[in-house]
Amino acid sequence: MAPGVADGMKLDVARVKKDFPILDRELDGHRLVFLDSAASSQKPRAVLDAMDHYYATTHANVHRGVYTIAEEATAAYEGVRGQVARFIGAPSPRGVVFTKNATEAINLVAHSYGRGRLAPGKAVLLTEMEHHANLVPWLMLREERGVELRFLPVDDDGRLVLDDLDRQLEGVGLVAVTAMSNVLGTLNPVARIAAAAHAAGAVVLVDAAQSVPHAVTDVEALGCDFLAFSAHKMCGPTGIGVLWGREELLEAMPAFLGGGEMIRDVRLDRWIPNDIPWKFEAGTPPIAEAIGLGAAIEYLTELGMDAVREHERALTAHALSTLADRHGDDVRVFGPPDPGERGGVVSFTYRDIHPHDLSQVLDSSGVCIRAGHHCAKPLMRRYGVGATARASFYVYNDEADVQALSDGLVAAAEIFAV
Amino acid sequence: MAGLEDLYREIILDHYRSPRNRGELPSPPARRVEGFNPLCGDEVVLYVDIDPSGRVADIKVAGQGCSISQSSASMMTAAVKGRTEAEARDLIRAFKAMMSIHERGLDANGDAPDDVSMPAVAGLDLGELEALRGVVKFPVRIKCATLSWNTLAQAFDEAGAGAAAD
Repeated sequence: MAPGVADGMKLDVARVKKDFPILDRELDGHRLVFLDSAASSQKPRAVLDAMDHYYATTHANVHRGVYTIAEEATAAYEGVRGQVARFIGAPSPRGVVFTKNATEAINLVAHSYGRGRLAPGKAVLLTEMEHHANLVPWLMLREERGVELRFLPVDDDGRLVLDDLDRQLEGVGLVAVTAMSNVLGTLNPVARIAAAAHAAGAVVLVDAAQSVPHAVTDVEALGCDFLAFSAHKMCGPTGIGVLWGREELLEAMPAFLGGGEMIRDVRLDRWIPNDIPWKFEAGTPPIAEAIGLGAAIEYLTELGMDAVREHERALTAHALSTLADRHGDDVRVFGPPDPGERGGVVSFTYRDIHPHDLSQVLDSSGVCIRAGHHCAKPLMRRYGVGATARASFYVYNDEADVQALSDGLVAAAEIFAV
Repeated sequence: MAGLEDLYREIILDHYRSPRNRGELPSPPARRVEGFNPLCGDEVVLYVDIDPSGRVADIKVAGQGCSISQSSASMMTAAVKGRTEAEARDLIRAFKAMMSIHERGLDANGDAPDDVSMPAVAGLDLGELEALRGVVKFPVRIKCATLSWNTLAQAFDEAGAGAAAD
């Protein structure tokens, strides 16, 4: 039986917690209750050890040296490409491009595919719930190339409104949609959108930054053409992300950044690009970070992504019912009411207390939540709020963490007496 | 570690619950200036009526924000109403100096040195504003406290630029 899995599909959270050294930390006598994994997750010992071990025993630049440790470093780095491909159901490592993060992965597509293949007058279809990372690159492309941006609306419960999808797809060259909203938690029907998009002749990019860390991902089942995500939200280190793309699309796309590694030949008057995926990896890549990502994938795979998803669904259901039962109408939760339709992200407001003040009071008892606009200002405006509080769950959270959150709300109400 | 009582003092909570000079003024003649905190989405809208002698005849605050930004704005309006532009600018300078104490360093416990206070401004009663000094122990909240003060400075600057252009 894999460590951290008690029986069948159920995570043994008490054991999982022991894998994360930071959770031993005390803050002013309080245990650390980390409820901000949607922003960035904590790291298990296995990931920290893998990166330390790499630096202590193996480090050399990749794809250059012929000596032993350089070959070992190259093999380890390229091995993670294969791990990533298997983790997301991709047919081959050749479609896996390492980037700095999901944001850079989306910028790569906007820059390289957008400038190469989206003629002025073509449209890009987005949604009203996109993170700024999947909005600003397209706003930039609109300014530069004159492409039209369209947006699938969201309803009052945080679901995409798809009634008009086929008409909105007319003249669209690319659809860019989040698999899961970082604010509402909504799990979007990506496969349905992708099928309609392909029928209309558009390619599909999925911002999977919030979904890959929390559930089984299969790019073939999703039917997407590009998939972007970050390692740091899935137990891995900062500084590395992934763009997966269909090989024929990546091959046809011009290079992104220029430099070493991404070339086959260089003369003083011309250059020839390398093969994919290296064509998109200019300069020395984040090698230790790739090793860390590989260890994170191994860790999550041992837990089992089905077990991870079930744990978070159950904990989210518990959180929603706790907030409703104990705090009633004082709490306004955003997003779908059914935990089956959402991931482990709960955005809310509490009475008239500003989310910053809530977060400050919670911090005084060791509880970390996010407060603000969550890099989704258009969505905040859609729901008529300037900011929300957000608790987000991962493999190391349990019902005691939800209780600490709920207790913190009561403490805030006492201070502000509103 | 700084405690919540350093931040949420009773005077601050009083201004938060019962903000002074809340509302709008007809604009024009009042100057309307918006300030944003891009980190948290807080926004303050100031309406400043400056009379011909350069005095702040009236001032109102609209917008939304946390208890620190709202109470600081409320205290700011109470402090500058009836003051000349020069006096108000002195207050802005003094307040921002108090808020920038973190740049001069906190001690190992994250506490500001005990002798920190608003620099003296001749003839001005700074009493209530001192309550905001605890904010410097919570560096991410300093921008909340200074938002309305920066916006007021902007109102004076724009008024000055407008006068120069007239």
